[in-house]
Amino acid sequence: MKNSKTTQKIAFFFLLLATLLIILPVGLIVVIIVVKGLPAISWSFIFDMPKDGMRAGGIWPAIVGTICLVAGAVLFALLIGVMAAIYLSEYARDNLLTRIIKLAIVNLSGVPSVIFGLFGLSLFVVFLKFGSSIIAGSLTLGIMVLPIIIAASRVALESVPHSFREVSLSLGASKWQTIRHIVLPNAIPGIMTGTILEIGRAAGETAPILFTVAAFYLPHLPGSIFDQAMALPYHLYVISTQVPNVDEKIRYGTALVLLILVLFVNLVAIIVRSKFRKKKKW
Amino acid sequence: MVKFDVRNLSVRFGAFNALKGITIRVNANEILAIIGPSNSGKTTFLRTLNRMNELERAAIMSGTVELDGTPINAISAEALRKRVGMVFALPLPLPLSIFDNAAYGIRMHGGKSKQAVREAVEKALKQAYIWDEVKDRLGESAFKLSGGQQQRLCIARTLAVEPEVILFDEPCSGLDPISTAAIEEAMLKLKSVYTIVLVTNNVKQAARVGDRTAFFLMGDMVEIDKTDKIFTAPSDKRTGDYIMGKFG
Ligand SMILES: Nc1ncnc2c1ncn2[C@@H]1O[C@H](COP(=O)(O)OP(=O)(O)O)[C@@H](O)[C@H]1O
Ligand SMILES: [Mg+2]
Repeated sequence: MKNSKTTQKIAFFFLLLATLLIILPVGLIVVIIVVKGLPAISWSFIFDMPKDGMRAGGIWPAIVGTICLVAGAVLFALLIGVMAAIYLSEYARDNLLTRIIKLAIVNLSGVPSVIFGLFGLSLFVVFLKFGSSIIAGSLTLGIMVLPIIIAASRVALESVPHSFREVSLSLGASKWQTIRHIVLPNAIPGIMTGTILEIGRAAGETAPILFTVAAFYLPHLPGSIFDQAMALPYHLYVISTQVPNVDEKIRYGTALVLLILVLFVNLVAIIVRSKFRKKKKW
Repeated sequence: MVKFDVRNLSVRFGAFNALKGITIRVNANEILAIIGPSNSGKTTFLRTLNRMNELERAAIMSGTVELDGTPINAISAEALRKRVGMVFALPLPLPLSIFDNAAYGIRMHGGKSKQAVREAVEKALKQAYIWDEVKDRLGESAFKLSGGQQQRLCIARTLAVEPEVILFDEPCSGLDPISTAAIEEAMLKLKSVYTIVLVTNNVKQAARVGDRTAFFLMGDMVEIDKTDKIFTAPSDKRTGDYIMGKFG
C-alpha cells in the first residue's frame, strides 16, 4: 500500500518534470529572441526599406510580403478547404471517390514543405506562367495548409449537433439553407481554431516560398500579386547565412517581428473566434 | 375529409422491421393520438409522414402515403415539410434568439416582408401560449428559456410556417404540468385549423385530447378507434392491458 503510494509520487514527479521540460524551450526561445532582438526594434526598423546590402535600414518589404503571402494563402485555403469540408461532411456518400479524396488529403498533410515548393514552382511559376510572384507563393502555401484546414473544418461541421439539422429540415428549409444558416455559423469557431494554427505555419515556412515568390533583395514594395516579394522567414535566412557581417540585433529583431506578427494574427483570430463562441447558445 | 391516407406502410432499418404494414387514415381537423410502448414504431411512423426518415440511409420504405390524395413522394421534401410540421420529443431550439427561432421557417421560405414576419411570429407565439412570457425578451437566446418554454417556442416555430398538419412526437415528455396543460390547450384550439397527429407516452394525455386513438405495438397497429371507445371498450385485449398499465 505504502509502496504503491511512493511509486505514484515518483511517477507524478517525472510526469510533471516532463511537462515542465516543454515550457523550457518555449520560454528560452522567447526570452532569447526578445532580449537580443528588442534593441533593434524601432519605428524605422519596421517601416523602412533595407539599406547597405540589408545590413542596415528596415525590413518593411519583408513584413508586407509575409502579410500578403499569408493573407493570400489563408484566403485560398479557407475558400477551397471549407467548401471541400462541406462536401465531404454533408454531401459525399461513402464511395470509392470519397475514399480516394480522403486518402489524398491525408497524404497531402504528410508531404514535406520543400516538395510543396517544387510543386509550386512547376505548376504556378512555370506551367501557369505566374512567374515568381505573390500569387504563386500564396497558392503554394495555401495548398500546404489545405489538409489541416479541411480536417479542422470537417471536425467543426460534424460537431454541430445532428438535431439542429433535423429541426431546420423539418421546418421545410433546404439542405443548403440548413448548412448556410445553421451548420456553418456554428462551425466557424472550430474552423477558426484550425486556421489559427495554420497561419503561424504559413508565415514561418521558408521552403514553399523559396522557389515561388521570395526575393533575395527587393528594396521596394510589390505592386501587384504578380510581383515578387520579400518575406520574413526567407529574409531571416538570407541575413543569417548569405550576407556577411549583419549585426546580430538585426537578425534577432527580424525574428522578433516575425514572432510578433504571427502572435498578432493569432490574436485577431482568437478574438473573432471568441466573438462567435459568445454567440453560440448551446 | 381524409388528410393523410396511409396504406400498407412498412419501414425497415436494415434487416429490422420498424413498421409492418400500417394502414391508417388521418382525418382533417382531428387530433389523432398514437399510444404504445417504446420501440413500437410511433416515431418512425411520424417521420414517414414528413419524409424525415429519408435522412436515415438505412431506412427502406414500402407502401403508399398520400396527402390530400397526392403521394408524398410526388411532393418535394421541402414543400411537404412546409405543409407537415413537426414538434420533437425534446425541446430543440435552434442556437438563435427567441425571435429568430420563431421566424426561422418563414424566413427560409422567403417572400415575406419584415413586418409580415414580425406579425406571423407574434401570432404563432400567442397560439403556443408563450407570447406573454417572451414578448419583452425576444432578442435573448432561446436557450435561456425553461424546458417547457422552449418546447412551446418550438411549437410556435412550427406554427409560424402555417402548415396543414402538425406531428407531435411525445411533446410533453419531461415537461412540468403547467407547460403540459398549456400545450394541450393549444392543441385543442389548433385543431380547428390544423390536423394533428400526437404521439404520446402518456395514455391520459391521449384520453384528454385525442379524437381518435391508435395503439401501436412492435411495428403493428393493433387498433384504432374513437378515443372513448379505446379507453372504455377496446376490441383487442392488448390495448386494454396497455392502457391499464399492465405493460409498457
Ligand atoms: N435510424 C434507425 N436505424 C436503425 N433502427 C432504428 C432507427 N430508427 C428507429 N429504429 C428502430 O426502430 C424501432 C422503432 O423505433 P421508434 O419508431 O423510434 O419507436 P417509438 O417511437 O415507438 O419508441 C426501434 O426498435 C428502433 O431501434
Ligand atoms: Mg419515439
